[in-house]
This record gives sequence, structure tokens and C-alpha cells, in this order.
Amino acid sequence: MGSRASSLLREEDIEEIKKETGFSHSQITRLYSRFHSLDKGENGALSREDFQRIPELAINPLGDRIINAFFPEGEDQVNFRGFMRTLAHFRPVEDNEKNKDPTAEPLNSRNNKLLFAFRLYDLDRDDKISRDELLQVLRMMVGVNISDEQLGSIADRTIQEADTNGDMSISFSEFIKVLEKVDVEQKMSIRFLH
Amino acid sequence: MGFLSSVKPVCIVLISFAVLALLSFGANAEDSPKPTTTKPPAKPTEHGPIYTAPPQPLPEPEKSYLPLFTLNYPRVQIPFEITLWVLLASFAKIGFHVYHKITIWVPETCLLISIGLIVGAIMHSVHEQPPAVLTSSVFFLYMLPPIVLDSAYFMPTQPFFENVGTVLWFSIVGTLWNSIGVGICLYGVCQIPALGVQDINLQENLLFASIISAVDPVAVLAVFEDVNINEQLYIVAFGESLFNDAVTVVLYNLFNHVAELPVVDAADVFLGVLRFFLVGLGGMLFGLVFGFVAAFTTRFTRKVREIEPLFIFMYSYLAYLLAELLSISSIMAIVTCALTMKYYVEENVSQRSCTTIRHVIKMLGTVSETLIFFFLGVVTITTDHEWNWGYILFTILFAQIWRGLGIVVLTQIINPFRTIPFNFKDQFGLSYGGLRGAITFALAYTLPNTIIRKKLFITATIAIIIFTVFIQGISIRPIIELMNVRKTNWKLGTINVEIHTRLMEHITAGVEDLCGQWSHHSLKDKFMRFNNRFIRKILIRDNRPESSIVALYKKLELQNAMEVLDTISGDISAAPSLISMHEEKASNKSSFKPKRTFLASDLTAMHEILSKNMYKIRERTMSYTNKHTLPNDSRAREILVRRHTSIRRSLRARSFQGSESARSQKYFSLPLGQSLDTGYATESIRLNADGDPALELHNRSVRPKPRPRSKQPRFSTTRARLDPLQELHSTVNMEDEVRAEESSHRPSRQSSSSSNSRSRAPLQRHSSLGTPSVGEDDPEGDEQQLESPPPAWTPEPPDRGSGGPRNPLLRRAQWKPQDK
Repeated sequence: MGSRASSLLREEDIEEIKKETGFSHSQITRLYSRFHSLDKGENGALSREDFQRIPELAINPLGDRIINAFFPEGEDQVNFRGFMRTLAHFRPVEDNEKNKDPTAEPLNSRNNKLLFAFRLYDLDRDDKISRDELLQVLRMMVGVNISDEQLGSIADRTIQEADTNGDMSISFSEFIKVLEKVDVEQKMSIRFLH
Repeated sequence: MGFLSSVKPVCIVLISFAVLALLSFGANAEDSPKPTTTKPPAKPTEHGPIYTAPPQPLPEPEKSYLPLFTLNYPRVQIPFEITLWVLLASFAKIGFHVYHKITIWVPETCLLISIGLIVGAIMHSVHEQPPAVLTSSVFFLYMLPPIVLDSAYFMPTQPFFENVGTVLWFSIVGTLWNSIGVGICLYGVCQIPALGVQDINLQENLLFASIISAVDPVAVLAVFEDVNINEQLYIVAFGESLFNDAVTVVLYNLFNHVAELPVVDAADVFLGVLRFFLVGLGGMLFGLVFGFVAAFTTRFTRKVREIEPLFIFMYSYLAYLLAELLSISSIMAIVTCALTMKYYVEENVSQRSCTTIRHVIKMLGTVSETLIFFFLGVVTITTDHEWNWGYILFTILFAQIWRGLGIVVLTQIINPFRTIPFNFKDQFGLSYGGLRGAITFALAYTLPNTIIRKKLFITATIAIIIFTVFIQGISIRPIIELMNVRKTNWKLGTINVEIHTRLMEHITAGVEDLCGQWSHHSLKDKFMRFNNRFIRKILIRDNRPESSIVALYKKLELQNAMEVLDTISGDISAAPSLISMHEEKASNKSSFKPKRTFLASDLTAMHEILSKNMYKIRERTMSYTNKHTLPNDSRAREILVRRHTSIRRSLRARSFQGSESARSQKYFSLPLGQSLDTGYATESIRLNADGDPALELHNRSVRPKPRPRSKQPRFSTTRARLDPLQELHSTVNMEDEVRAEESSHRPSRQSSSSSNSRSRAPLQRHSSLGTPSVGEDDPEGDEQQLESPPPAWTPEPPDRGSGGPRNPLLRRAQWKPQDK
């Protein structure tokens, strides 16, 4: 279980993370040992190489972007807090969660989950998915047999369906609206083990 | 026309194997010594006839000439017949794939049995007996091991170990449940006087029940694949079929022994249980030992590459035979042997040996299984059956009921322990997909003759096999599709929904993998650590990375070359455009197009394209589950190649802009000026864990352009498409000290230029579609590569906003800009 690892994580850290992300104590320790096992350099932070060592991410079409999502703007190291903060988006939504901080939205709310997905498209953070950004992601997700014209048409149709204000790109609110019938909470949740 | 052209080869095939069949029957019939032209005593012709002068006086000396043509059948009889039968069965397999739609709707086993039935009918009309192939020793010693080895070798180890508890639970407890349940019910049925089977006692019923509880659901997994059933179900079904066989054989032997006892008391039962565990665990232990010994042996086989595959086969077969010798579970032995051996051996042996091993195992397994089903068909006609409506119908009924019940009950018990519980659809799939297969048939055939009702049992077994294979096998696809379709939304969702949900699924799968989510994670981690520290050192030959760079690089280039050859046949540009669109050139540039109207047909076409071509998530087990083909990892490779290409392309783009980036670069694998852990990363992707040793990529792209260019490169869209398939660039391992790499860089650099030239050729062929500047860039750049020290690449330039004529595919901004 990595008793060596958990000793580096102090109780007050765990409490803070618990408050911020909503994970339970055992989940945090478990994820810490995972963090620790990924951290080959043993410097308390993960770099992109550490993530790329995971073979399953290499064959995930969106692997690079997922890795990128862990790193805050302009940085290439992520510490455990940041790691947990990103993972918190994938915590299943529980109905009986008493909101400790009524002003701040919990990280795993539907809105934040959608924002996570939105940010995977929108790399330049201008709050819009342009046609090009959409094409990039589409190209990653689709096999090599699709011609660019076909992909372009698909992208055009996608924007056409979603775009309500005519700016030829998908804003976050349009994104939310398009996915209103989709069970996002279930699709973007992972059962974290205790 | 198309129909005619497909009829012709079918006719040819049918005729040719009718001829073969008749030939083999003719051969069978002529057991008696053929008339030879040599005088008795006859000797083989190559030695020439030997004359012993008959002692009686002859009226005239007879001069015997040297025989020109002699026929000596008994000498070659056995191998000849075996070869003919195998050929016949294989021709049948070829015949099925002539019209490929058949295999979608009808599983191959059905077709094989049908052909066997036809051949059996022919033989029966000629009053021939099928060869005595299915004796106990022949089956258990020669035909069963390849099948089991095939299943075990191609089992994906990682998902298997994650689900090992469920697999063992279903196979052991499930089989016991089935056997005992069906046995007792049948015994109850036997008491009914109307059926006339009152002489079958409990032991024999139990024996029979244990035979028919061995399921072979693998045939059905191909159907599941299309319907996107979760991979948990795959691995459980796969593993269940494997261990099921082991358990059935053990139970069979147990009940066989018990059936001979006149009286069974509690001590016997207890001993029986004890023996069960002993047999199973002993088999596993044996397998482990042999697996490790095999791995150890391959450590030293570098000089004898040609016989490397032999060790794999010999060791696994030896494990099997030794286990048979000691009467412990030989199937478990060979399974564990294969599982342990695979990981280490595939690292030690050469690439060719690896391919050979896989192909031969697959071939042997397929042949063996084909033969068994073929014989099933033949034997169905030629044996004299004892048909008893009541018994057989009740058998089928009880088998179905108990299997379904068993699955439901067992799932209820084990679901709380599972990370992902099985829902109703999974359970239905598992229980309905329980076709009976090869083992059932063989075990029935090898029942001892002391059982009075042996013929009835054989008949009943054949009946249930044919019932399940034909009826369940053919109907499961429509049923599953119906169930699946009913669950999804009938209304055609919007394209948005389709794309975004797939995106979210990929994200979630990726994050799950990142967390290492599966339940035995810490155990696995511990084992991997132990493995790396001790076991690998002992069993694997070259555990140091630096010496394997060049070898790995060669492996990679070889695969790349083969891929180029495979895909060069123009399937890229030949993709028909399903969507009718307006004539718009340079369609991927401008974002301000007039609003296009999409017809409904366009929309359906789009949906179709997306559903067929979007990558499915988590392809770990899907590629392993078609029993009749080798694992296909082309999709995973596609994704990997494209990722590397895109990284490389963004490198090139960056180097075009940064003319100041030509600082001194002794180590071109390092990013400019930054510390080791920024910029592009090294990854050592070992897909070994998934059983595919062939793809091991060390990602450090090495194709930067030496000369900084001022203008923006215009990559054509076709080039972008070609890139993934054709340009797998050289990669260098970064795990070692950088200094140590310098010497090894030279060979890899030179090879990289050769790869450039190789991949350049197809590029130039298509360059007419693209802009000519691209074609010019490459040759110049490559020639320069060896001379000038390549400048380092730096990460992607900062995004300049969405306007501008930059090619979108260039702007794969995957990393945040590094410049501060």
C-alpha cells in the first residue's frame, strides 16, 4: 500500500484536499500512492514524461490533451494538490453532498465537468471552439480513412447545430445547451476505489 | 455478375474437395495390400526387388524386369490419411470465406459441422468408417494441447489478472453448479418410467452432466465485439472458457472414477474434493515452474535463433505431458506455463521468432479445433445412435436453465466485489452465449465402455452441441442487436452529441487508466516492482536499455516499412466521399463560409462515418477475442504513429520560425536550453503488458529541419494524411545518460535518413496534390541533416489566435509555450 509514500503526505494536507475536492481520506491516500508511483524522479511533482510513461494513455487518441489538462497554464510540473484538483472533476456526483462552501461550486459539478471537456477543445482559452480547433480534435478521434473534406463537412455541421449567435464557433454556453440531454455526470465519472 | 464470380470459386473448391474426399475414402478402403509388381516377398521399391528364387523347378526361367511403378500404401497410410483429412477441413475453411457475409451471420463452427455432416453422409453411403481419431489418447495427447495453448497464449494478461477472481469464480463454481444441478435433475428425470432410462444411476448422470457443462463462449465473442459490450464481459467469457475446460476435465476424471465404485460414501466425497484442489493447484505450480524455466532458457538462445520457437512449444508440451503423467490438471499446467512464459520470452527472442511462435500457435490451435468440429459432423452421421426423445430434450432444457440460473446467482454474489458490476445485458450475453464446443464432444466420445448407456450419452451430447451451436450461435447476433438497439435512443442524436460523448468517453477512459483504477492495483504494483528488481534480471537477457536502442530501432523501422507496403495500395485517397458537397477548394482554411445546407442524407452519412470511424475506447481486449485471427493492433498503432507524427510536425513548424534556435547542439535529442524534464518527453511505451511486444516506441523525434525558413510551410492536406502512415521517424531512447547515447546516435541518424528516403518516395508520388514547396523541403532538409548539427526543436509556438491563414493541422498546440 506504500506506507513509505503515505508518510510524506501530512494530515493537514489530506484535510485540505478533502475539503477542496471532496475525496475521502482513503481515496486520497490511495491516489497519493499512485501519484508517488508515477513520480519516478521522486521530487514530489509530476512532469509530462511521467504521464507519458503510462502505456494506455499512449494509445488513447486524446492522450496528449488529457495530460495537458493536468498542467496549469504555462507550467510543466504538477504537484499532488494540482493532480487531485484535476481528478476531482471525475468524482461521481452524489446527491446527498452537503455543500460545505455554498458559494463555490464543487469541482465535480456538471458544469465543471463540461468545462473540463470544453477546455480539451479550446486550447487557446478564448472561450470558443473554433472550426480549426474542432477539426483538430476530430482528426485525432477518427481513423485515417476519412478525407479532410468529409471531416470539414462534419465540423461545419457540428458548428451549425450548436451555434446560436452566428459567430461560427461554439461558446461554452452553446456547448452546454447542446449537451443538455446527455448524462454528463455519468459519462465523466470514475468510481474511485477506497 | 458478382454472384457468378463468387460462385465459380465456390464450385472449384467444392469439386476439389469432393475429389479429395473420395480419394481418401478410396485410400481407406484399400487396406489390403495392393497388387505390386514385385514378386513376394515384397520389399519397398527403392531398394529394388529382391528375388528369392522359388525352390521348385520352373518350366522356364522367368525374367522379371525392374518394376517401374510400384504402389506401397500401408507404409504411408497413417500420415497420408491424416494429411488428407487436415487438408479437407482446411479447404472447408477457405470455402467459408469466399462469400464473407456468411461468417457474419453464421459462426464458423456451424459451417464446419455442416461440412462434416455432408462428408459424413457421403461416407455413410459408401459404407465407410471414419478414422479412429477420437480415441482417448489421441485426443488428449495431440488434439487438446494446441487448442488450450492457443487460448492461453493469446489471453490478454493485464485485464485477465484484474478479473481473475471473477473468472475463477465463474469457471469453478459455475461448472460445479451446472454439473451437479443438471446431474441431479436428470437423475430425477430418469426415475420416470415412461422414458425408459431407469438404469442410469446417479454417478453416471453426474458424469454426463459434467461433460455437457463445458461451455465454449468464445465463438460468440465476435458478435459481442460489434455491439460494444464492455471489455469486462470479454475477459470473463474468455477466461471462463479456458478454465472451464480444466475444471470439466478434472470433474470428468473424478466422476469417472466414482462411477466405477459401487458405493459412494462420505470419505470418497471428501477425498474427491481434496483431490480437486490438489489437482488444480498442482497443475498451476507445474505450469509456473515450466514457464520460468522456459524463460530462463531463452535467455541464452541468442546464437541459435532458428530453434527459438521450439523451446516454447517443447516446454509447454512437456508441462502438459508431465502433468498428465502425474494425473494432475494438465490444462492448468499448460495455461499457467503459457501465461508466465509469454511475457519474458517475448522480450528475449528475436522479432522473427516471436512472429513465428504466434503464427504457429494460432495455426495449430485452429487446425485442431477445425478437425474436432469436422469430425463431429462426420461422426454424427456414421455412428449408430441411440435416440431417446425424453432424455435428450430434458438434457437440453436443464442445461439451459441451469446455466442461466447459475450465471444470475453467481453474478449476484460476486457483483459487490467487482469494480464494474455486470448488468442484465451482460448476464444474458454470458448465459445465452454458452455454446458447447470441442471439449464436450471429445469427452463424450472418450467415455469408458463400462457405461452401459454410452451411446445414449454420445447422442445426447451431439444433440446438445448441435442445438447450441446452430440455434444459439445463429440467433445470438440478432438478439443482441435488438437488445442494444432498444436501449439506445431511437431518435438520431445530433452530430454534436455523438462527437462530444465520444470525446468524454475517451477522456474518462484515459483518466481511469491514469489512476490505475483497477482493484488489485497495489498488488500489481508490488508485483511489478518485485518483477523488475529480481525476476527480470534473471530471466531476461538484455536488461540494459542502451544496448537495445539500435535493435529496437531496427524493429521499429521494419514495422514501418511493412506498414508502408501494406497501405500503399491507395486506400487513403480512394475513400469515397459520401457527402455531396459544393465545390469548395481549400476547404480547410477559411472559417467564413456561406451557411451550408445539409441534406438529411448527408446527416445519415455523417452519422455513419462517425460511428464507423471514430476510435472506440479502450481497445485492450477487443483485439484478442476473435479466436480465429491473430490479434490486430493496427488501431493502437495508428494512434501512436499519429501522435508522434504530430509532435514531430510541430517540431518542424517551430524550427521554421525560430532561427535563433540553432544553438550548439551536441545532443539533438535534448530540447533547447531547457532542463531535461521540460519540452518533449521520453516515453518508453511497453505494450508488452498487452501481449504485443512488437511496438516499443521511444519517443524522441529526430527530424528537425536544419535550415530555418522564413515563410510558413504549406503542408498539403494529403500530406497530413499520409504522414501518420508513412513517416515513422527515428526515435531515440532518452532513459540513459545523454553522453552514453552519443555514440549510438550515429547509427540511428544514418538509419533515419534512410527511412526518410524510403518514406519520401511515396510522398513525392502524392506531392502533386499538395503544394510543391513541400516536396522541395524534404530532400534538401534530409541531405543537410547529416552534415549540419540539427538545431534543437523547441515546443510549439504560442498560439496566435484563430484568424490567419495558418493550416489548422499545423497548429496542433499540444503543449503550452515554453518561452517565458
